[in-house]
Amino acid sequence: MIVDVLVVGAGPAGMAAAVRLRRAGLSTVVVDDAPAPGGQVWRAVEANSKLAPALGADYVRGQQAIARFRASGVEYWPRTELWRLDDGWHAFVKRDGALERIDARAVVLATGALERPAPFPGWTLPGVVTVGGAQTLLKSGGQVPEAPVWIAGSGPLVLLYAAQILALGGQVAAWLDTAPSSNRVTAGATALANPLGLANHVGELAKGARWRLKLALARVPVIPIRSIAAEGEGQIEAVRFVTQHGTVERHPARLLLVHEGVVPNTHATVSLGCAHDWCPTQDSFVPRLDAYGMTDKAGLYVAGDGGGILGARAAELSGTLAALGVLAREGRLTADVAAIEAQPIRRQLQSERAFRAFLDALYRPRPDIFNPPEGTLVCRCEEVTADLIRKAANVHGVGPNQVKAFTRAGMGPCQGRQCGTTLAAIVAATQRRSMESVGYLNIRPPLKPVTVGELARAADAEAK
Amino acid sequence: MFRTLPDLSGDNVRITLDGMQVEARSGEPLAAVLLRTPPFTARTSTVSGAPRAPYCLMGACFDCLTVVDGVPSRRACMVIVQDGMQVERQHSRRSGKP
Repeated sequence: MIVDVLVVGAGPAGMAAAVRLRRAGLSTVVVDDAPAPGGQVWRAVEANSKLAPALGADYVRGQQAIARFRASGVEYWPRTELWRLDDGWHAFVKRDGALERIDARAVVLATGALERPAPFPGWTLPGVVTVGGAQTLLKSGGQVPEAPVWIAGSGPLVLLYAAQILALGGQVAAWLDTAPSSNRVTAGATALANPLGLANHVGELAKGARWRLKLALARVPVIPIRSIAAEGEGQIEAVRFVTQHGTVERHPARLLLVHEGVVPNTHATVSLGCAHDWCPTQDSFVPRLDAYGMTDKAGLYVAGDGGGILGARAAELSGTLAALGVLAREGRLTADVAAIEAQPIRRQLQSERAFRAFLDALYRPRPDIFNPPEGTLVCRCEEVTADLIRKAANVHGVGPNQVKAFTRAGMGPCQGRQCGTTLAAIVAATQRRSMESVGYLNIRPPLKPVTVGELARAADAEAK
Repeated sequence: MFRTLPDLSGDNVRITLDGMQVEARSGEPLAAVLLRTPPFTARTSTVSGAPRAPYCLMGACFDCLTVVDGVPSRRACMVIVQDGMQVERQHSRRSGKP
């Protein structure tokens, strides 16, 4: 298939980009892993008319964005995974089990975020699920935890999810708050440095206060903790934690939900060798982007949380911005006209950034998760512990790729998605180097699983 | 571990999980069924043979790998249940199970 623009991801950013591109008359195809548009934030919202009100107004809002997207005339391929992208631009996708190639003059990657992997003892036990995962089960399967659920972590998603299940008759045993108490001081300083950032988001602050009130009314204990472990044989049986005051507690638990914020999904940009920078306030690598979201590879754009975490509203804005960048490059808009349309969008994005800086400071994860205690599995797939990685990293000059070769960490089916950043952080801590100088694992296609049979059939089709 | 909200019961489909007939809701991901059905696991790990269950539910952790209609290493969170689907939990060679 030959198109003007390929958009990868049908969340807020991808849909906004596609709608703007289509309006300018460019042929655009949107590919997305999921069976329906919306991304993680608006997952299954079209099918969820009964559940949607309990999930909140931000979720319901997705219905309008999806309706605009559906009506735009964009070609949309659900259940389609990008497993390889070559410069120039040639994309190889797997659509309902068949491999297809898409040639495009520009590509907008709107691949969103992943929950930050936060290794702790016992995190691989059945019964430990991420909060985002549990929320996905709620949106796509109408499921809530069977018994009062333990939640450990930090970030707005913890509060949102707890409020959602309480509204639906679920119960929370306790929220083990992992955010260091010093975060409040840095968040306060961030707010004072840029009071407009907060003033423009009073509604968001009120939403957070309402969620906290819901927890208080349901008498959910909020326990600030320093560290956590899941214990059990073959499945979680207990949660053990050290409170802020240093007391050790152990409680029976069948289900523990964990969350330490989200990080950009940079798998595709890393695989292409795009320049990335370490973002110290978000503790993650982000692709280096120009004022329209273009990477250092001509014609390759990143929109939404994949370019740095800013949330759904900002994702729609950066999606439109990337579309304007493409339109200017393709000569559909003059540089001046694109800049005029971009100006108010950039102003709104600036306001989103100011508020996000406050959230980042308030919910910054505890340092332990980047340097987990001895015996903790860092690589879930190949079952490599933090101490083994530390030992391999304790050789002058080795980087994440050598540590991967020595230990097999990052070689399993998830391709380092779960351990890559921790691995780099351990190398940085052991060698007292910056994350920037340590860098990230090399990523190579296939970015998603393909079978040998599928490759063979695709090769036959290309030869014909 | 999880339960389905009662007022959402839509169309049901029937799948086979390790030879057992299991009810599932039309349109839900296979991982949701695994997390409702004892022993709540998807596979055993390749190195130590330890049980694993769906963890991230968005296709990133690869801990919910199962055999679906004879194809191994399918991520259960990315597979939507279909009536008559044959599913087996996936075992590593070291776990000693077939």
